[in-house]
Amino acid sequence: MIKTDVLVIGAGPVGLFSVHQLGIIGLKAEVVDNLDKLGGQCIELYPDKPIYDIPGIPECTGETLTKNLLEQIKPFKNNFHLNERVEEISKEENNWKIKTNKNTIFIAPNVIIAGGVGSFEPRKFLVKGADIFENKSVFYSVKDKNIFKSKKVCIFGGGDSALDWAIELSKFAEITLIHRRNEFRGAEHNAEVARKLEKEGKIKIKTPFQIQSIEGKDKINSIIIKKEDGMIEEIKTDFILGFFGLIMKLGPIAEWGLNLDKKTIPVDTENFQTNKKGIFAIGDICTYPGKLKLILSGFHEGALAARACFKLARPNEKYRFEFTTTSKNIQDKLGIKKSD
Amino acid sequence: MPKITYIEHNGKSHKLEVANGLTVMEGAVQNNISGIDADCGGSCACATCHVYVDEKWFNKLPNKESAEEDMLDMAFEPKPLSRLSCQLTVSDELDGLVVNMPSKQG
Repeated sequence: MIKTDVLVIGAGPVGLFSVHQLGIIGLKAEVVDNLDKLGGQCIELYPDKPIYDIPGIPECTGETLTKNLLEQIKPFKNNFHLNERVEEISKEENNWKIKTNKNTIFIAPNVIIAGGVGSFEPRKFLVKGADIFENKSVFYSVKDKNIFKSKKVCIFGGGDSALDWAIELSKFAEITLIHRRNEFRGAEHNAEVARKLEKEGKIKIKTPFQIQSIEGKDKINSIIIKKEDGMIEEIKTDFILGFFGLIMKLGPIAEWGLNLDKKTIPVDTENFQTNKKGIFAIGDICTYPGKLKLILSGFHEGALAARACFKLARPNEKYRFEFTTTSKNIQDKLGIKKSD
Repeated sequence: MPKITYIEHNGKSHKLEVANGLTVMEGAVQNNISGIDADCGGSCACATCHVYVDEKWFNKLPNKESAEEDMLDMAFEPKPLSRLSCQLTVSDELDGLVVNMPSKQG
C-alpha cells in the first residue's frame, strides 16, 4: 500500500506538469499510466510531429516536450507506475483508496485524473472468436516469443511492430504476414528485409488481405482472409498476432460515479474538481464552458488543481502563494544552489 | 454554405450546412453527430473519424497523403472508399458530399 498526497492518473504532458506544480508546493505525488512509457499522446501518437503552441517554445516535437517536462520534474523524484491501469476507487475516511490492475493500492486524499482521451489499449480483431482465443492463441503483443517456436503464426499489420515480429519470429516459426494494402508503413529498411525474406521463402506475405473469420473450436485451426474483390483464402495457423496500433478508451474511470459528458468529465473551473471532493480532472479529459483541448490549457488546469489538493492534503497548514523566481522555499525544493 | 450528408451506420441521415474551411470531421463533431469520435482532435493521429465516402464523390476528393493512408491501417474495417474525415476540408466543390459512418470507430 502506497500513501501519498496526490495520485496522478496519466503521464502525458498535463499529468507531468501537474507533478511539477504539486512538487513546488511541497506535495508528494505518485503517477500511474497504462502505457509502457512516459509522455502520453505526445509520445504514443506524435513523437515526431511538431507542436507550435507551447508558450515560449516556438517549435518542439512531442518527444522533446516530454523530455523537457521530465527534466523539469526531476528534482521531485516521483515514482512512476507504468503499464498499470487504475481499476477501482473507494472512499476511506478522508482518503481515496485506488487499486490498479496489478493490485497496487494507493491511499491519497487527492486524485488528479489527467487521462487524456482515456487509456491506450491495443486495437483488437473484431471477428467472432478473437476474444475467446485472446491470450491463448490471439495476441496483441509478444511477451514470450518462445511459445511460437516451430509453430505457424499469422501476423497482421503494416507498421514496424508487425514487420519487426515477422522478421524476428521467422527465425524459428512459420510466418505469414498479412496486411490490408500492398505498402507497409513501417521503416523502409524493415519492409525491404521482409520482402527479401519472402523471396528467400522464409516468410509468406499476403496483401491486400484482411481477416474474415477464425476457424476452430478449442484451438485455432485456421483463419480465412479476404481481398477487397471478394477472393478468399484459408490459412492453417496456430497463432494470430495483431498489430493495429492503440486506441484510447476511458475504461474503468467511467464507472467511478463521476459526472460524465460524452467521454469527458465536467469540472469546476475554480479548482478543476469533479463532482467528487478530492477528485480532480485536468487536460483533455475535463470539460467546462469554453474548454480548449490544448496542452497549454492543461498546464493552467494542473496549476489550479495542485493548489486545491494542498487544502485536502495539509488541512492544518495555510497555503501561501509564492513565485519560483524569488521563493527560497521553492528553489530549495527544486535543488537550486545559488552561488553568492 | 456547402451541405454535407452524414449517414450513420443504422441508416439515419443528417444533412448539415458546414462552413467552408472546416473539416468534414469538425462539421460532425460541432453538430453532435454520433459515429465520428475524433479522439486526437484532428491531427491525423488516431483513425477514429473514419468514414466511407459515397462512391460518386470519392474521386472528386483531393488525394490522400501518406500519413492518412498510414492511419487508415488502424481504422476499423477500412475499405477502398475509406477516408479520415479530419483530412477533408469543406469547400464549395464539396457541396453535396455524402459520407457513411462505419459501425464503430475502433
